[in-house]
Amino acid sequence: MSVHGMTERTLNVPDLQRRQLFNRGMEVIAWLAALIAIAILVVVVYSVGRRGWTELNFNLLTKAPIPFSFTNAPQGLSNAFAGTLVIVAIATAMALPVGILVAIYLNEFAPPAIRNGVGMALDVLAGVPAIVIGIFVYGLLVAGGGGQSGLKGSFALGILMLPFVARTTIEVLALVPNSLREASLGLGVPQWRTTLSIVLPRAIGGILTGTVLAVARVAGETAPLLFTSSLVGAKTSWNPLHALQTVPVAIFELSESPDPKDHARAWAAAFVLLLFILFASLTARWLATRSARKIAGR
Amino acid sequence: MSSTIEAAVKVETRRQPIPPRERLETVFHVDDLDAIYGSKSAIRGVTMDVYKNLVTAIIGPSGCGKSTYIRCFNRMNDLIPHFHMQGTIEYHGQDICSSNIDPVAVRRHIGMVFQRPNPFPKSIYDNVAWGCRMLGMKDRLDERVERALTQAALWDEVKDRLKASGLSLSGGQQQRLCIARAIAVEPDVVLMDEPASALDPIATQAIEQLMHELKSQYTFVIVTHNMQQAARVADMTAFFSISKGAEGERWGELIEYDATEKIFTAPSDKRTEDYVTGRFG
Repeated sequence: MSVHGMTERTLNVPDLQRRQLFNRGMEVIAWLAALIAIAILVVVVYSVGRRGWTELNFNLLTKAPIPFSFTNAPQGLSNAFAGTLVIVAIATAMALPVGILVAIYLNEFAPPAIRNGVGMALDVLAGVPAIVIGIFVYGLLVAGGGGQSGLKGSFALGILMLPFVARTTIEVLALVPNSLREASLGLGVPQWRTTLSIVLPRAIGGILTGTVLAVARVAGETAPLLFTSSLVGAKTSWNPLHALQTVPVAIFELSESPDPKDHARAWAAAFVLLLFILFASLTARWLATRSARKIAGR
Repeated sequence: MSSTIEAAVKVETRRQPIPPRERLETVFHVDDLDAIYGSKSAIRGVTMDVYKNLVTAIIGPSGCGKSTYIRCFNRMNDLIPHFHMQGTIEYHGQDICSSNIDPVAVRRHIGMVFQRPNPFPKSIYDNVAWGCRMLGMKDRLDERVERALTQAALWDEVKDRLKASGLSLSGGQQQRLCIARAIAVEPDVVLMDEPASALDPIATQAIEQLMHELKSQYTFVIVTHNMQQAARVADMTAFFSISKGAEGERWGELIEYDATEKIFTAPSDKRTEDYVTGRFG
């Protein structure tokens, strides 16, 4: 722009062609990156399914394994599926209330200093490697006496879930508009009532979504369970006071077997785990859109 | 003096003359009030009385602390970290600012209507009934809801769809729903923080009208940036302005507080005159 008010009204941009080419190039790179992410998912699902399909049947879910059998008697991993179900359910029951209460305290009641401090602690906890959590629970509960049990496995998985549940709940609570809290408080309704009757109902869909994602995330955890719930027999058990087999640990153990059929069963179990996580993610999405629609008042 | 302002004041025919001060009952006695965020004062040294069954308007330029001030009356600023007040606000002789007063108890007597309509994501009926239920006013709830909606001049528009979501109403209707919600729990004072700033002129008029009709039962304090609105609805008007200190600090200050007519036609402070005649702000 010139000082004397003479602005040149030209639309010419220097180096236009070079810029457009550069732009196109960057677009292609971005596309490729997205493609690679999707391709990896497809390849994983396909290769797991292809290797496991011979053992992918109802026996996998309903029949117990027969150790060291080189017969063709039908067998499956019912013990692992039952164990994973029990352990993850108990882990969720442990982590969910604590995680939600932590989130409510931090977002609704805590002064900023505590909010930031505890928030950072949650982030650090979320970043602790799963195997460290496993060793910690092993040292705390297993090595000291009593040995392994499903319950101790649940405890380890619960620790992994806790920061995840708390973080997502905080995010959802932060999305509840302040104007609603003010509306309720302005009527002379106490803060605990406001939180319970106005804030939480708005956030419940998001909390459910976060919970489902947390379940999906820990259902595939192996390391913490190796230390806490892995020395198991082949019998299907639902009793969390004993060590229970789980799907990820079973996959790990079967992969070391000399029998190729065991390998196929491991692949099949992995495929079921993938399907479960896919299903859980879709459920989470569905819950999220449903609660968004409900909140919008339609 | 601008003739349009005078016209606005003169057009107003519904306003009754204010009784002499000594016959008025004081609801709030504000004495040397400072409102402070952290170490920064938003308002300093405000002293004024708010009288029962009058509409008191608070006007002034953006940033003069009007909203901060009105939110002191129901301790709404408590929600803001590092906020505190100095000085006193006596409500019927009890100091609201005192630390041994429960803000929840304050808010049960002093209701609030906010700048943006904020109905609960509940039915129209439940928006009004919920507060009553929470505060234990459960007897003859239907009557109570109908009365509040009638007082808020909304009943005729919603009586056939009380189960519809409060969010399905128009902006003006939502704000009247919020007023109904506030008066259903029988407050003594209703604070209004720019209640019409998000509304169209017709909805604004409806709200001003209902303030006129309800002030025999309630005491209203209204923050507005719209001077015509203050001239139309308020019996008393307080003018706030921004003062600047030697080190560049800025705070809101009460410049002049008097009968609305006086503020708009014969202000005693030059700054008030500049503001109401549109030369500033």
